[in-house]
Amino acid sequence: MGDLEVHALRGINMDVHKSDFIAIMGKSGSGKSTFMNIAGCLDVPTKGEYMLDNVDVGKLNKDQLAHLRNKKIGFVFQSFNLLSRTSALENVELPLMYNSKVSSKEMKERSINALESVGLADRSHHLPSQLSGGEQQRVAIARALVNNPVVILADEPTGNLDTRTSVEVMSIFQKLNTQGITVIIVTHEPDIAAYTNRNVTFRDGRIQKDFIVEKPRNAATELLTMPVLTEEETI
Amino acid sequence: MKLRNQLKAAIRSLGKNKMRTFLTMLGIIIGVASVIAMLAIGQGSKESIQKQIANLGTNLLTVFPSASMTGGVRMEAGSSVKLTMDDYKAVASRCPAVLYSTPTVRTSGQLIASGQNWRTTVWGVYPDYFNIRNLDIDKGAVFTLNDDRTASKVCVIGQTVNKYLFGEGQDPTGRIIRINKIPFQVIGLIAAKGQNAWGQDQDDIVIAPFNTVQVRMMTVTYIQSIMLSATSETMIPEATDEVTQVLKERHRLGPSEDPDFSIRSQADISSAATATSSILTALLASIASISLLVGGIGIMNIMLVSVTERTREIGIRMGVGARGRDVLLQFLIEALMISLIGGLLGVGLGIIASGVIASIMSWPVTITVQSIVLSFLFSTAIGIFFGWYPARKAASLNPIDALRYE
Ligand SMILES: Nc1ncnc2c1ncn2[C@@H]1O[C@H](COP(=O)(O)OP(=O)(O)OP(=O)(O)O)[C@@H](O)[C@H]1O
Ligand SMILES: [Mg+2]
Repeated sequence: MGDLEVHALRGINMDVHKSDFIAIMGKSGSGKSTFMNIAGCLDVPTKGEYMLDNVDVGKLNKDQLAHLRNKKIGFVFQSFNLLSRTSALENVELPLMYNSKVSSKEMKERSINALESVGLADRSHHLPSQLSGGEQQRVAIARALVNNPVVILADEPTGNLDTRTSVEVMSIFQKLNTQGITVIIVTHEPDIAAYTNRNVTFRDGRIQKDFIVEKPRNAATELLTMPVLTEEETI
Repeated sequence: MKLRNQLKAAIRSLGKNKMRTFLTMLGIIIGVASVIAMLAIGQGSKESIQKQIANLGTNLLTVFPSASMTGGVRMEAGSSVKLTMDDYKAVASRCPAVLYSTPTVRTSGQLIASGQNWRTTVWGVYPDYFNIRNLDIDKGAVFTLNDDRTASKVCVIGQTVNKYLFGEGQDPTGRIIRINKIPFQVIGLIAAKGQNAWGQDQDDIVIAPFNTVQVRMMTVTYIQSIMLSATSETMIPEATDEVTQVLKERHRLGPSEDPDFSIRSQADISSAATATSSILTALLASIASISLLVGGIGIMNIMLVSVTERTREIGIRMGVGARGRDVLLQFLIEALMISLIGGLLGVGLGIIASGVIASIMSWPVTITVQSIVLSFLFSTAIGIFFGWYPARKAASLNPIDALRYE
C-alpha cells in the first residue's frame, strides 16, 4: 500500500534558446523522459515553473496545454507511436486535423511536404506495419514537424536504428535546426550527441553537465562517404 | 477537429472491426424493428376496432334494466325490474333527441331448413332497428310495422345463417325456416357486416318482428332492452338525459335516486375498447423498448472495450493536440453512428416485419410516421446516453498516462 514518492527531477534550472540543438544524456532513470514530457507539455511539474515563449505552462488548463502541443511542439515519441492501420500520410496529417484553421487541401499539401522532407514521399500510402523501423521513425518526425512547431522534442529517436539510419535521422534534425527550429533529443550515444550544438547530462534528476559542442559533426556530409547498407538495399 | 474529419475517422474506426460493429448494431436494429412492428400491430388493431365500432352506429344508445338495490343487496342485473312496452312508448314519444327507437327481445333459436340445422340468436325488433344499426338489405326487404302488429311469422336472416341453411350466395327470400318448430318465411337477406370489435360474427343472426318473437316464441310481456339512436352524435348526452328523466318518472324515482336502468352509449363502449387497445399497444411497445435498451447497453459495452483498447491511440491524439472534447466527440460520434445506422436499418426491418406479420397472420397493421420518428429518436437518444460514459472516460484520460498504457 502507498506509492513511493519518486522525485524524477529536482532543482533543474535550464534555459533553452531559439535554434538550440540540444542532446540530453544520462543514465537510465535519470529523468530524461520526464524532462521531455514536461518540455513537451504532456506533463506538468509538481513544483517549479516552465516558461515557454513567456507563458507559464504550469498555470494552463488541459485545453490550453493541448493547444500548445498542437501549435508549438512537435514530439517524436520513444516508441514511434504511430496509429496502426492508418497510412503514413494520415498519421502525418493528424496534428493538422486538430487545427481548425487548416483546410483539407492545405492539410494534404503540408503533410506531403513533411513526408518529402524526411524522404518518404513515395511511401505515403503505406501502413506503419509495411514500413521499417527507420521509416516509421521518419514518419513520426514528419508528423512532429508538419505543424511548423517552434520546438521539436525527440525521445531517443535513434534508439532502435542502425548507424547509417541514425545518421540519416540526425541529418534531418540538423536540416530542421538550420531552418530555425529548436531541437531537443534524448540519446544514450555520445556519437549521436556529437551532431548537436549543446549536450546536457542528467543524473538522478539533476543536471550534471551542460556544455556547448565546439565543432558539431555534419550528418549530411558524412552520409555521402558512408557505406550504403540501408533497408532499401537489402529488400 | 472538423465534423467531416470526425465522421471520416468514425467510419474508419468502425470499419476496422466490421463484425463487432455489425453485432453491436444488430441490438439496435432488432430493438427499433420490434418497436416499430409492435406499434404497427397496436395501431392496426386500434384502428380496426374503431372502424368496427363506427360501423355499428356511433349514435346508438341502449337502455338496459339494471340491478336495483333491495335492502342493501345488489340484485343481479335485470333480475328484478323489467322494462315494459309502456316504458318504450314513453321514450319513443317523449324524447325529441331520439331519432329511431325499438324495443328488443332476444332468444336463441334452433333453425331447421331444407334438412339443415343451425343454432343462432333470434332478435325481435321494430324495423327502425335496421336504421339504428346501419344494416343494409342484400336481397328482399325488411318487415314492416304492420307485420309486427299482426305478429307475422316472417324474418330477415344474416349471411352466415344463409350460408349454413341454404348455401353461400343463394337467395333465401321466400323460403321457409322452422325456428323452434315455428315456421317463418324468409323475406330478406342482410348485407354482410363481418366480425365486430370482439370477434363476434355479426352475420350470424335472425331478425323478426318484435311482437312475433315476444309473444309467439318467448311468451313474455317485458322487453329486454330499448335501442335508440340520437338525432346526431352530439345529441347523445341530450338523448341520454331525456330518456333518464322519462324512465325515472315512470318508475317513480326521485331525481336524486339511483336509476333502476342503465344507458350505454356506443361511445362508452368505443372508448373502453380503444383504451384497452391503447394499453395493449403501450405494453407491446414497452416490451420492445426493453430490447432497444439492451441494444444500448451493448453499445456501451463495446465502446468501453474500445476505449480501453485504444488508450494508446487516445494518448497519441492528445499528444499531437487533441483536446478532451475532440476525443469525447470522436467516441460519441462512433456510438451515435452505430445507433443511427442501426436505427435506420431497424426502421427498414420493422416495416418489412410489419408487412410479413400482416400477410402471414392477417392481422391489421398500420405503420405511422410518428412510430418511425419516435423509435428513430429513441435509438438516437440511446446512442448518446450509452455512448456518453465511455466517451467521457476516454476524454478524461491524461495524455501521458494514455501514452504509457500497454
Ligand atoms: N509514472 C511514473 N510513476 C512513478 N515513477 C516514475 C514514473 N515515470 C517515471 N518514473 C521514475 O522517474 C525516474 C525518471 O524516469 P525517466 O523515464 O525520466 O528516466 P529516463 O532518464 O528517461 O530513463 P531511460 O533512459 O531508461 O528512458 C525513474 O526513476 C522512474 O522510475
Ligand atoms: Mg526515457
